Amino acid sequence: MARITLDNLAHSYLDAPKREDDWALKQLDHVWEDGMAYALLGASGCGKSTLLNIISGLLRPSRGRILFGDRDVTEAETAERNIAQVFQFPVVYDTMSVRDNLAFPLKNRGNDPAYIARRVDEIARMIGMEAELDRKARGLTADAKQKISLGRGMVREDVNALLFDEPLTVIDPHMKWELRTQLKELHRTFGHTMIYVTHDQTEALTFADRVAVMHDGRVVQIGTPEELFEAPEHTFVGYFIGSPGMNLLPASVAGQEARVDGHAVALPGGYDAFDGEVGVRPEFVRLEAGGTGLPVRVTRVEDVGRHRIVRAEDGGGRPVNAILPEGAPLPEGADRAVFEPRGIHIYRDGWRVAPDGAAA
Amino acid sequence: MKTRNEKAWFLVLPVLILVAFSAVIPLMTVVNYSVQDTFGNNVFFWNGIAWFEEILTSERIHAALGRQFLFSAIILAIEIPLGVFIALNMPKKGVWASVCLVLMALPLLIPWNVVGTIWQIFGRVDIGLLGRTLDTLGIDYNYTSNVIDAWVTVVVMDVWHWTSLVALLAYAGLQSIPEAYYQAAKIDQASRWAVFRYIELPKMAGVLMIAILLRFMDSFMIYTEPFVVTGGGPGNATTFLSIDLVKMALGQFDLGPAAAFSIMYFLVILLISWVFYTVMTNLDKRDGV
Amino acid sequence: MTLILENVSKSVAGQTHIHPTDLTLDPSTMNVLLGPTLAGKTTLMRLMAGLDKPDTGRIVWRGEDVTGMRVQDRGVAMVYQQFINYPAMNVRDNIASPLKLKGASRAEVDRRVSEVAEMMRLTPFLDRRPLELSGGQQQRCALARALVKDAGLVLLDEPLANLDYKLREELRAEIPRIFAESGAIFVYATTEPEEALLLGGNTAALWEGRITQFGPTPDVYRRPVDATTARVFSDPPMNFLAMEKRDGEILFGDNHRAPATGTLAALADGHYTAGFRPNHLELERTEGDPIGFHTRLKVTELTGSETFVHLDHHGEDWVGLIHGVRDLTPGADITAWLAPRHVYVFARDGGLVAQAPYAEAA
Repeated sequence: MARITLDNLAHSYLDAPKREDDWALKQLDHVWEDGMAYALLGASGCGKSTLLNIISGLLRPSRGRILFGDRDVTEAETAERNIAQVFQFPVVYDTMSVRDNLAFPLKNRGNDPAYIARRVDEIARMIGMEAELDRKARGLTADAKQKISLGRGMVREDVNALLFDEPLTVIDPHMKWELRTQLKELHRTFGHTMIYVTHDQTEALTFADRVAVMHDGRVVQIGTPEELFEAPEHTFVGYFIGSPGMNLLPASVAGQEARVDGHAVALPGGYDAFDGEVGVRPEFVRLEAGGTGLPVRVTRVEDVGRHRIVRAEDGGGRPVNAILPEGAPLPEGADRAVFEPRGIHIYRDGWRVAPDGAAA
Repeated sequence: MKTRNEKAWFLVLPVLILVAFSAVIPLMTVVNYSVQDTFGNNVFFWNGIAWFEEILTSERIHAALGRQFLFSAIILAIEIPLGVFIALNMPKKGVWASVCLVLMALPLLIPWNVVGTIWQIFGRVDIGLLGRTLDTLGIDYNYTSNVIDAWVTVVVMDVWHWTSLVALLAYAGLQSIPEAYYQAAKIDQASRWAVFRYIELPKMAGVLMIAILLRFMDSFMIYTEPFVVTGGGPGNATTFLSIDLVKMALGQFDLGPAAAFSIMYFLVILLISWVFYTVMTNLDKRDGV
Repeated sequence: MTLILENVSKSVAGQTHIHPTDLTLDPSTMNVLLGPTLAGKTTLMRLMAGLDKPDTGRIVWRGEDVTGMRVQDRGVAMVYQQFINYPAMNVRDNIASPLKLKGASRAEVDRRVSEVAEMMRLTPFLDRRPLELSGGQQQRCALARALVKDAGLVLLDEPLANLDYKLREELRAEIPRIFAESGAIFVYATTEPEEALLLGGNTAALWEGRITQFGPTPDVYRRPVDATTARVFSDPPMNFLAMEKRDGEILFGDNHRAPATGTLAALADGHYTAGFRPNHLELERTEGDPIGFHTRLKVTELTGSETFVHLDHHGEDWVGLIHGVRDLTPGADITAWLAPRHVYVFARDGGLVAQAPYAEAA
């Protein structure tokens, strides 16, 4: 196991990138600490798979270095890097039995048969497939196959890192829970460094100790799920995390007050005077009938079971969403949105500004 | 709402008529011949299954059948592995992939008799490039007089003509393998052989089955090329079933035995293809359980 | 404009895909088919569309028996999980294709195409080819083609499954709006309970080829008729507890007991399965006379604002969705609390015995 360092890394799929847009992965410096579980979260085409392929060695970066521990592996072959990867679609060797599938990486390394047998049994027990060990992998369900892929990744004790490329895409919701929990437990038991790529915020947040949110070839924020939820450093993080995402309203900020559409919104701290955006998550929005809040018009209420999503618009037609806990009533004739101060953030050119003018 | 109309069936009619004239009616004629005898003048009389008995016990036919099996076995043993090997080594994408595909398709576009003619001339010791070259190198090669040389020529010609088909089919099978499989294999440190054995071969199995079936049926019915090159000689060394059949029907005008012969020939091909198919699909199914 | 399935069933190669099913879909409704993969959602849709013929029963559409009528003659539109467009045509021609097939006038085609393109927010992309668009735009193009047809029945088979989470969220919010404007019967297949809830309308829960319950979506969610429906319509999965009612007490786990209050008090003595949703499990003793359960914490997952706790209760796997971020140590013993008003009681065969009181009130 090892710490993974990305040093001045960048990648372009073109031979001679000229413009900023030609880079699939822009400047990146980061250290993935040994034994942590990370998620790379972003939309399709944000560069997260490119980054994963660079780490696994399937792709040579156009620029920069990558280190496993103190060893420069930029030019090293995938096989030398001693990593394991689970792909979006289950990759199993159809004609082999489940047992042989699990044993395959160990056999290829010429391990002792007794050790292989012991290790395979151990892994099969962990992924709950002891009963299927001797059947052929072909014809198993997608989630069973994905468990095998996962098991094949875990079977080597000396892997430097386990990489996951949207591994739960083809799995039914109920099985997702089971597989994800299993992953978490495996991580807790073995302490492998894990990097999990996904576009699904729930998967990223629930899986990882640290989530790197990627946008347009850059990492916009790396933080714990809590940090990403409570203090998004960039409006993209606010939008991308949370369901629905953060409400963002253009505002003129000055001192302890922001003016949205001409209405004053009290801020939790003092700011310099500038034009920016007020960001507040739906969880911190309360709807009231009358009062001093921002005037809004409720357009739709969605019952999601454990809570309700109230969709509303401000005077300029911009969405203002609020979340109501299950059982909590929506006040009759609600037409004002009140923002809880601790949930209010101010953004300038997309980046969060801390109170008192200090840059975040 | 539209009413349902069945006019489209009329469009199929020409094909049905064509098939009736080109296949069904001739087949019935053949069946007719196979159970009758004639002494000319279009006078036929009932002969029962005598022709079939004659064919089944004929030494000459047994020998031709033996040669036929040997030929099919040899070309399958060469073309299938060779085709797979070529497919594995073809570029996967880019300009060179297209170039390869075109080059591979070329032999398939040449008519059978032309292929025969090309090799007939190519191998001639007096004017053929191959024949002359071998002769100059001191190799005694003559497909018109030496049995082995004749066989080698016919087999090489077939391999040249048809390996492309196998290669193209195998290539199509390989192209359908997602990149993730190769990546996973790299990560698992699988050897080149293991990648072939556990990823490529299983994914190619379906198309290879079709390739084997096609090549078997075709080679079992081969006529034009050996006829043009060797004419079935030297002696009867390259007289395969179809050549023998034509000799019997058109050379000797033994219409009755020839008809019985072709019916049995047809049944043999049908039977072997069916056995092939059943065995292969069962193998496929058994894996699943 | 009503679609009625009467005693419809379908088997393929000896395997029953749909058991005899009755279902009536009213005009201008959104109907969600909710169930895991292979529950029979796609089979049911293919029967509705006329792509397959049922083995038994009949299908009545607009008052006419259409069983065995070809799909071309029925006036249905279908959208698949894969983004299916004509790759060689631009978006405009793609959307126009069903109209042109119908022989609509040029002016009519132009008018309808720009209308639908506007509705689907595709106007800026009309001259592009589908493969030059993002996944979300491609699927919107396929949706537009289905809508422009003015089909009375629009079948959507997991249309958002191949899209990014965030895009899915946005299109999910758009689909009810589009649906409201079209007036057709929408049938929408999904594996995700949350998607069903967001779409609203009616939901049919499917399990192993049977519709276990059909009704207004929030009703099916809050008042399931059996344990199967509750399980299908719960994400995270519903938690279950084997228990026994005896002498005014409930017995569970390793000889644990609690006084039977609320609906539990009215139960006859015997064995039951209790069911409750993850968000009703609490880690603090709250009001409503909660029952305490001794559990072992296996794993926690944080979403930033909530915490999922995975608990082991005497061999039963439970999930709790707790508000706020909690720092808990895996492996620890934890008491989880559950108010009886959140408990559904099922017979051992899965049938509902007592509805959760909170749901009756909702």
